[in-house]
Amino acid sequence: MMRIIDGNEAVALAAKLARVKVISAYPITPQTTVVEKLAEYISNGELDAEFIKVESEHSAMSACIGAAATGVRAFTATSSQGLLLMSEMLYVASGLRLPIVMTNANRSVSAPLSIWCDQQDSMTVRDSGWIQLYCENNQEILDTTIQAFRIAEELLLPVMVCYDGYILSHTLEPVDCPEQSEVDAFLPEYHYPYALDPEKPVTMGPVGVPEYYMEFRYLLQKAVQESKAKIVEIDHEFKKRFGRGYGILEEYRSDDAEVVILTMGSLSSSCKEIVDSLRQRGEKVGLVKLKSFRPFPTEEIIEALGRAKAVAVVEKDISLGHAGGLFIDTAAAFVNTREAPLMINFICGLAGRDVTSALLEQAVRETQRAAETGRVEKKIRWLGLQEKLVEE
Amino acid sequence: MKLKPGAVITEPGNSEKYETGGWRTFCPSVDPAKCTGCGLCWLFCPEAAISKGKPPKIDLRYCKGCGICANECPVKAITMKEGCRQ
Ligand code: SF4
Ligand code: SF4
Repeated sequence: MMRIIDGNEAVALAAKLARVKVISAYPITPQTTVVEKLAEYISNGELDAEFIKVESEHSAMSACIGAAATGVRAFTATSSQGLLLMSEMLYVASGLRLPIVMTNANRSVSAPLSIWCDQQDSMTVRDSGWIQLYCENNQEILDTTIQAFRIAEELLLPVMVCYDGYILSHTLEPVDCPEQSEVDAFLPEYHYPYALDPEKPVTMGPVGVPEYYMEFRYLLQKAVQESKAKIVEIDHEFKKRFGRGYGILEEYRSDDAEVVILTMGSLSSSCKEIVDSLRQRGEKVGLVKLKSFRPFPTEEIIEALGRAKAVAVVEKDISLGHAGGLFIDTAAAFVNTREAPLMINFICGLAGRDVTSALLEQAVRETQRAAETGRVEKKIRWLGLQEKLVEE
Repeated sequence: MKLKPGAVITEPGNSEKYETGGWRTFCPSVDPAKCTGCGLCWLFCPEAAISKGKPPKIDLRYCKGCGICANECPVKAITMKEGCRQ
């Protein structure tokens, strides 16, 4: 059924359709209405689940870890400082291989205090062993959250669904909402093979002595790395059932493009607009929208970007002291290959700064210049920076 | 042995397979002449490496050399010595 809902409601609806059994979350802007909606579903009897109220996100993730260890489907939602506060437990969840699903409404981090969107929060925890999937619109949020439970449970890995705060979380869009029976058929009841059970005692979270710790890290790395195939497979099945699929990345008019924009999340829509308008003028510009940041699809990235002369990596985060996270990883993907495209990193849209078509066009123009001249003047560019405020 | 995902241990009591003797630097040595067989060392040993007796027997596969037994022995029958391997 087609409904007009915002991104947060798309998340709540997906969690309800997934029949989550335990929800533990702490309110934080801009995620708050996700858990408000879920609490409403529980209180009016639409969803049969335990809502564990906690005093912090650290405890929310801890409660989800405990719940998942008993073999039930556990869910939480957060943003920004909340994600950072639970970061210690993120590593525990993945290390224990518990298939928790979390949605993160992307928001900038303090200080200065800001509630507006960028992707610094989830980018900061990219090494935590969680699968990270970024969404472009509210339909993709709903679909990805439903898929996330299948991915998590089939691989015993936690999955983080990321979507831009406000830009998606609080913006109404038409979303095709599947029926409960359709989701039930796609997402069977969950059975965790090592669920806590007094009849079958197990030890969870033992000491990882030097003789074994490395092997467990190796296995975790292997699991996240190899999850790519499963994500694609589950997406295919989803597409067969629901008519919508997203792949690990999307190539948009990039086949013959000389200049390609690479980005994640809602910026993809803005970039598609600019690509269309430049294509109308006969310019060979395309877009690659990366959905799965972890696992990072190295081969697919090389395949999708390798033909371009120059790539504009447009992102809303920065690894301070180096470059944007997406840029770093994309550059690393091309290591040991012969034909890497030139790459420019455009840092933009921090803390909700508008990324206008004019700014995106400026990024494309600079990248085209690099493609023509064969050289990059400045590797990292801050798009839309008010230079006069920061000049010495 | 195949490692389980998430380091879950499905076989209770398998810490027996982990021989903590490899951690040992100092080694307990019992003087049978002083020992009264009171059993306190057996009670206190955190690795359960001691079998009761007069004198007690110490299993060096598990004795990690912590010295608690020597500390607790009321008649100072146990001394910690460097370098023993049995
Ligand atoms: S040294 Fe420690 S581990 Fe060894 S027997 Fe004494 S109490 Fe037990
Ligand atoms: S504590 Fe001392 S006296 Fe008692 S059994 Fe052990 S070695 Fe013998």
